[in-house]
Amino acid sequence: MLLPVEWIPQNPTLEAYYKLFTIPNFGTSIMNSFYIAIVCTALRLLCAAMAAFALTKIKFHGRGVIFGLYITALMIPAQTTFIPLFIIMNKLNLLNNLNAFLLLQMFNAFAIFMLRQKMLTINDAYIEAATIDGASMWRVFFQIILPLCSGTLAILTILSFMDLWNDYLLPLVLLTDRTKYTLPLILNSMQGQYSNQYNLMMAGSLISIIPILIVYICAQKYFKEGLTVGGVKG
Amino acid sequence: MKHSRTSGFRVALPFLLPSLVGFLGFSVLPIIATLFISMTNWDGLSQLTLASDFQGFMKDYFVGLQNYKEIFSNAELYQVLSNTLKFVVLYIPLMLLVSLCVAGILNSKAHGVGFFRVVYYIPVITSWVAGSLIWKWVLNPQYGILNSMLSSLGIHGPQWLQSPQWAMPAIVLASIWKDMGYFGLMLLSGLQGINHEYYEAAAIDGANNVVRFFKITLPLLTPTIFFVLIISLINSFQIFPQVMIMTPDGGPGGSTMVMVERIYKHGFTYYEMGIASALSWILFVIIMVLTFVQMKLQNKWVNYDD
Repeated sequence: MLLPVEWIPQNPTLEAYYKLFTIPNFGTSIMNSFYIAIVCTALRLLCAAMAAFALTKIKFHGRGVIFGLYITALMIPAQTTFIPLFIIMNKLNLLNNLNAFLLLQMFNAFAIFMLRQKMLTINDAYIEAATIDGASMWRVFFQIILPLCSGTLAILTILSFMDLWNDYLLPLVLLTDRTKYTLPLILNSMQGQYSNQYNLMMAGSLISIIPILIVYICAQKYFKEGLTVGGVKG
Repeated sequence: MKHSRTSGFRVALPFLLPSLVGFLGFSVLPIIATLFISMTNWDGLSQLTLASDFQGFMKDYFVGLQNYKEIFSNAELYQVLSNTLKFVVLYIPLMLLVSLCVAGILNSKAHGVGFFRVVYYIPVITSWVAGSLIWKWVLNPQYGILNSMLSSLGIHGPQWLQSPQWAMPAIVLASIWKDMGYFGLMLLSGLQGINHEYYEAAAIDGANNVVRFFKITLPLLTPTIFFVLIISLINSFQIFPQVMIMTPDGGPGGSTMVMVERIYKHGFTYYEMGIASALSWILFVIIMVLTFVQMKLQNKWVNYDD
């Protein structure tokens, strides 16, 4: 290694970034990752909020049992479900199909649990007032409950986007066709071929972090909103 | 609510339907399949006939409870459990304290908080591959920054990742660095949900900061703290990448062998998918019992009244 270490490069260049996009399927993999991260995050949050709403604001028999069962799903080590999931997706003809990841978003115990904790703190008087005025449960859900949860939804957006964007093991199992690869899969497949080209690896790693940072910076503006919306005098 | 309990389910069903379908199809079904695999000596490489020819699959590989017997008669399991216990005891209290501080700082109106929000979050979005490399350098006994800081205070630093006593504490340190932003963010959402009127009323009554923290902030934060405790306990039993990269092969004297690392080793290095599945079920049951104990205890300390 050359000493002293050169902290600021003498001839900075963007060459590595141009080179990245000449790697086969690199551009497609970014599009695939965006598709999975954006559509899946939206679907995950919607389904989880609906479930949390039913589990906190609608009274029915077995509500506690369903929530208890949902929580047990958090305790399943993810790595151990990959082979069964591969078998199931194979049966559904969804291997090498990005939409397989959409199906998996219908149920996310973590998001349901977090939204439930938030909704438990929302006063039922809001809902009673709205139903007396003739609002349907769907209207209550979309127009009252969701806005009140916007802080929690913002945090879940960040966490889900990050999980889905960085996810490596599950895409590795379900996607084998290079044109369907996500960014982490392409970056990892570069390791063998380009392992001594640190500039390429670092450029790829930086590209993979930027979208998460952008989502994080955009979403944090909403943390405070939804906390000041309306109120019920007790 | 005006709905009676029986008609309530009809109202709830459309809201619950997607999550129920997903739960049954992609959580219950896989874990049941894992239960069947745990009673076989399937190697994970031979034909995947579990779905197409279930009976044939079980006939070819069925070994009953053999895998469980083998696991419970082996010292490995008990070492793994004692390592995990060490991690939990060190990690959870420290992590909670540090992430509460992070949330407190992020919630303050001090100058430069926006910058700190990004700084605290960088470890969270850094992959464990990069994070572990940084920590291997920080913890290096001879050249590491941590031991050189300790020696300037006159303390002779331990061997960290090479020492059976200190390898797990080192993993705890790195895990807290990585997770404090994550849990800090959750606690922040709880902090911001606290109604400001309480603080205003307390200020009029002349309560100081310490009283306000223990009488207002902490009680109203308990639903979030409860959530953080449940998630962090589950995560503690499932730590994997940091252990795998910082201390490969179970660490010095097996001091950092943990459950998921063993599951991975048995399943994908030794090709003992049956043992790996049995270990997953043991892990699943342990976490389930611990979480339900926490759920039962929550009435004693969690406060849901706003």
